Amino acid sequence: MASDRIFGLVMAIVALAYIASATQIQASFLSDPVGPKTFPIIIGAVCALSALFMVFKPDPEPDWPVLRTFGALTVAVIVLVGYAYALKPLGFLLPTAIAAGVLSYQISPKALNAVLAGLGLSIGLFVLFKYILDLGLVPFPKGMMG
Amino acid sequence: MEIMQNLAMGFSIALSPYTLMLAVAGCFIGTIIGALPGLGPSNGVAILIPITFTLGLDATSALVLMTAVYYGAMYGGRISSILLNIPGDEPALMTTLDGYPMAKAGRAGDALVLSGVASFVGAFLATVGLIFLAPMLANVAFMFGPAEYFALYLLAFCTLGGMASNNQAKSAMAACIGLGIAMIGVDNSTGMPRLTGGSLHLYDGVDFLVAIVGLFAIAEVFFFIESHGKSSSIGVKLDKVRIPWRDIYETRWTMLRASLVGFIAGILPGAGASLGSFMAYMTEKSIAGKDGGFGTGVAKGIAAPEAGNNAAAGGALVPMLTLGVPGSGTTAVLLALLMTLNITPGPTLFTDRPEVVWGLIASLMIANFVLLLMNVPMVKVFVKILMVPPWVLLPGVTMISFVGIYSLSGSYFDLLLMIGFGALGYVLRKLDIPTVPVILGILLGGHMEDALRRAMVIADGDFIYLFSSPIAIGLWIAAIVGFVAPMFLRNVLKKPQRITD
Repeated sequence: MASDRIFGLVMAIVALAYIASATQIQASFLSDPVGPKTFPIIIGAVCALSALFMVFKPDPEPDWPVLRTFGALTVAVIVLVGYAYALKPLGFLLPTAIAAGVLSYQISPKALNAVLAGLGLSIGLFVLFKYILDLGLVPFPKGMMG
Repeated sequence: MEIMQNLAMGFSIALSPYTLMLAVAGCFIGTIIGALPGLGPSNGVAILIPITFTLGLDATSALVLMTAVYYGAMYGGRISSILLNIPGDEPALMTTLDGYPMAKAGRAGDALVLSGVASFVGAFLATVGLIFLAPMLANVAFMFGPAEYFALYLLAFCTLGGMASNNQAKSAMAACIGLGIAMIGVDNSTGMPRLTGGSLHLYDGVDFLVAIVGLFAIAEVFFFIESHGKSSSIGVKLDKVRIPWRDIYETRWTMLRASLVGFIAGILPGAGASLGSFMAYMTEKSIAGKDGGFGTGVAKGIAAPEAGNNAAAGGALVPMLTLGVPGSGTTAVLLALLMTLNITPGPTLFTDRPEVVWGLIASLMIANFVLLLMNVPMVKVFVKILMVPPWVLLPGVTMISFVGIYSLSGSYFDLLLMIGFGALGYVLRKLDIPTVPVILGILLGGHMEDALRRAMVIADGDFIYLFSSPIAIGLWIAAIVGFVAPMFLRNVLKKPQRITD
């Protein structure tokens, strides 16, 4: 109940903001009868309508996980974001080993398994991508390649 | 005999050693993807697209490889359904109903072989249907103008919403999220940036591959973190694999009927393979009656959903190739592949690039035979793969997704966007909001707006033009019925599902 209402409300606000920014789109003098604004505004309106429907007629509450699982999910997201930033400056092997290891630990909390999964995936995938599929990957940070 | 000529041309392309090798490799990878719990045809194909693209394969080769993966994943889904009682993908859900009881009764090998044969029959007949129906539909599609296309896209969203979700408002919202995202970026006809919020990264728009991989693959990882990969421990032992001739012979009519039902369900835009296997199972169940013993591990209960599922996979290719409107989540992913390869599906594809269409159809035929050979004697190899624990598999999937998306654009912004879509996908699925309409919206949003604007240019702003031809009116009515009817049919459609549970 509450989840649907909250999400519906958030989406309704997002939709209104979307419509508002759609009205700001600059039309050029060459424009066609519809123009660049109309379709986004229609979409925003339909979205707002369905969002309001969710607010007033919510479905039963889904099974949300316990708080600790949310912690694990947050850790996973942070690790992935860090991985996205680290991939370029630090090369493939090190960030992949760490990120894969942490993710593995979040799925099944056994430290040894997680370390093995991290190392194995990092090296295995590198060999697969670099030597079998011939993608241009950088294994280590540029400075260390000497 | 134009079809024969075209087929001959197709086979001449598909039978070249290199293409053949790709088809075999695709079948093998596909079966593995289908068999692994947590990876199915849609997210499996999705994470492979960026990799395929970076490999620099030409259009036909890439298409052959990926459709072989697609068919393979449809075959593979049954393995974990039968042995672990976990559907490897959504359409394989119905196979668990009779497959798992049969396997528990000590006939795991029989169940696997029988379902493999049923998959073959369904996929084979659907490919034959595709050969005859697709060119016909392509001829009809030539009559489609912008007004008709606009109505057709609307139909796809409406039926998808009606079939795929339990709540119309939620699927409509999902479609709007997708369409809204598709609008971001530089407007094609005016050259002005739209809704980018001033971010230079968004001037090119949101790449649909980023969204697909995020929504399908990364979201799956979050689900496994939530469940701690618990669901994959129980299993049934597989002893000897023999061919159960008697069961195959007894289910021959079941397979044929289920293939027909599945094929039709597959053609309907937005319905897809899940509906195909569901309808096929329910049809056979009602034909067999109470004495049929459906749900206790009977041969017909395995043959029907598998034949239906694979026939629907073939049927879903008909609207995808001829109209550019996908019939299921996975064909939406295949449409993304075509668009990445710069192939525009539609009636002109059949006249302009016949080598792509017929090469694809011929390799589907070949892939189907390869899959039968692979799945009957070699089924034990794939069973071994089920042993891969989720704490290796899911991090692996994540890393492959990252490398794939990174190698496409080399920008960390796309990776962040992908994580964002993963989180969005998790929340949406938790709230029972379907994610396939989001994908479809991102894929078709640009085309849909184009169709509307071109229609309005032709009609000089007169909205009545959208309803000016019989085809357009028919599509509008079908769209409205497809959206509204499930609200009233929900109680009727729901009931049989509860009994089988």
